[in-house]
Amino acid sequence: MSNVQIMTGNQAAAIGAKLSGVQVVAAYPITPQSQLAEILSQYIEGGELKAEYVRVEGEHSALTVCISASTVGARVFTATSANGLLYMHEQLHWAAGSRLPIVMCCVNRGVGAPWTIFNDQQDSISQRDTGWIQIYCRNNQEILDTIIQSYRIAEEVYAPIMVCYDGFVLSHTMMPVDIPDPEKVREFLPPYQAHTILSPEDPRTLNAVLFPWRRANSEGVLCDGYMEMRYKLQAALERSPAVIQETSRRFAEVFGRDHGGLSWGYRMEDAELIMTGMGSLASEATQAADILRDEGIKAGVVGIRVFRPFPAKNLKETFRGAKGIVIFEKGISYGYEGALSSDLKAAFYGSENQAPVHNYIAGLGGRDVKARELADAARASWAEMQTGIVEKPTTWLNCYTG
Amino acid sequence: MPENLFKINAKEYILPGTRACQGCGLSLAYRYALKALRENTIVTLPACCLCVLHGIYPSTPVLIPALNNSFASTAASASGLVAGLQALNRTDITVMAIAGDGGTFDMGIQALSGAAERGTDFIYVCYDNEGYMNTGTQRSSATPLGALTTTTPIATKQQHKKDFLKIMEAHDIAYLATASPSYPIDLYDKFVKAKKIKGTRYIHLYIPCPPGWVYPPKDTVKMGRLAVETGIAPLFEIENGRFRFTGRSKSIAERGNRLPVINYLEKQGRFKKMNIEQLHQVQHWVDGKWQEYQRRSQE
Repeated sequence: MSNVQIMTGNQAAAIGAKLSGVQVVAAYPITPQSQLAEILSQYIEGGELKAEYVRVEGEHSALTVCISASTVGARVFTATSANGLLYMHEQLHWAAGSRLPIVMCCVNRGVGAPWTIFNDQQDSISQRDTGWIQIYCRNNQEILDTIIQSYRIAEEVYAPIMVCYDGFVLSHTMMPVDIPDPEKVREFLPPYQAHTILSPEDPRTLNAVLFPWRRANSEGVLCDGYMEMRYKLQAALERSPAVIQETSRRFAEVFGRDHGGLSWGYRMEDAELIMTGMGSLASEATQAADILRDEGIKAGVVGIRVFRPFPAKNLKETFRGAKGIVIFEKGISYGYEGALSSDLKAAFYGSENQAPVHNYIAGLGGRDVKARELADAARASWAEMQTGIVEKPTTWLNCYTG
Repeated sequence: MPENLFKINAKEYILPGTRACQGCGLSLAYRYALKALRENTIVTLPACCLCVLHGIYPSTPVLIPALNNSFASTAASASGLVAGLQALNRTDITVMAIAGDGGTFDMGIQALSGAAERGTDFIYVCYDNEGYMNTGTQRSSATPLGALTTTTPIATKQQHKKDFLKIMEAHDIAYLATASPSYPIDLYDKFVKAKKIKGTRYIHLYIPCPPGWVYPPKDTVKMGRLAVETGIAPLFEIENGRFRFTGRSKSIAERGNRLPVINYLEKQGRFKKMNIEQLHQVQHWVDGKWQEYQRRSQE
């Protein structure tokens, strides 16, 4: 029996954390995440969720609390946005290096300076290389479901996961969400059993200083050096796409919803012009595809759900039939182009797929992007691609560039 | 007093062969602190001298579980340990966060203030060797006026030490104490007491540092004693707002035989550039603090 309620993305995230049976929550308020921190405190103070809530004095401490609580074996949750995420940056590396299955929501927002409270994805994109798995959601149902899935994935591969969703566009927008049955969730996601915990029963010094080379312990057994440990983090992330896909498949079996694993497609059957992006922007592009289809252009959309680990192998397959690719991004690697654009093009290197790729930067700092505008951009690019324009400078959509 | 020595837990929690420097005051203090806290303890620490003492992976001389954390996060890490243990119903474990003066007075102050304000149930220990000794004796806000450091290499430090004890007392915490490795029984007693108290407990350790302070390693205990005897490092505790001198400082306060600071300063190479005016400033500063403590001890 379904239990559909109308709720914001932040509410959906809070319910996702509650259903996941998190034991420690640490959070610091920041727009547009605040509502999520508030709802969780209501659950905990009201006794609906049996967990410790640490009302920390900053985001650096929020993630530190999660790191340490996870180290003693608790399932932990936090959430932040924009500058709060940047303030955590040091601890993002620390969490991944410690190989802890922390799940955090990033309610995507543009970063200062100058200040903006509105949505883009520069915050999480800038954390690309911290060793976290990043999953981008396109609607509120997906937020709730992804949090539950994320604990299962993180606790299998021992890597932290950032569940990203667009500020205001999703965080403050009401949508119908089917709340899964708590009993079924418990079955899908059993309590966390850590393989190593910090405990007086088995005293260890964790995260100690390492020399560059492997080093023998007191029994003469060679133990990992820094580089071996870092390699293992990379190996865990390389292994995770299969776990993400399997978790997605299993979730679909139990709850009847499949959000696509690594990526999802829309009208892709015979698509020649493929629009792609992450989160709500990719969702918006599905309407643009409809507009273009009505005009006779064979347009489709690939929504990239998992940005790290970058599912290059999977995407090479997904984009095989493309005759033109248009990438919309809410962030940029300043001085070059959109990070997704670089990664996707690199994925095609040496493959048969040499379709032209055009990159559009859109919606920074909450600037509105309409489906019609995405369609206009894609149509213009498609026309240019027909005349042989394979590459062109990154285009700033809806932006006065002088 | 030999009978006092017998009461100290005979078990050692630090095996021989630490990576601390010769004559390290922290090694002495940490040894007695762990003896007082015993097995059921988890330690969290940032990158600091103690991190070096804990050894290079995969070996450690320390038999108490410990978590290394980033520099600003010591007290927040303790908050996480406490919350995690609470969530798992392991409330029998004592959590001790321990950091140097740089990781406490400077970079760690925000997390510590937050944890103390929340009344987090843990012991925070600042081992104060008055500078960034692990990175090579740079100036911290705990460095005393007139000291040479590698970032005040010519002019010496121009400011007095930050009165961090006042800052911690302003948080209305459950227990606050100072201790010195030169008076191990006083130190031990304070950790035993702190272990029994609930809420945030803060213990400040004055740690002589041979390479940083520039004196022979054999003189560490002597240097710690002089710090106490000159009133530079008074031994006291504050419980429920009530101030009490302890140990050597108590007898100095009663007998009025506090030594002039010159007796302490002249033995350390870090003060060799100190001019006469700075010497007077330090004496004046120490006199003022001491009088304030004495007034409070009589309240």
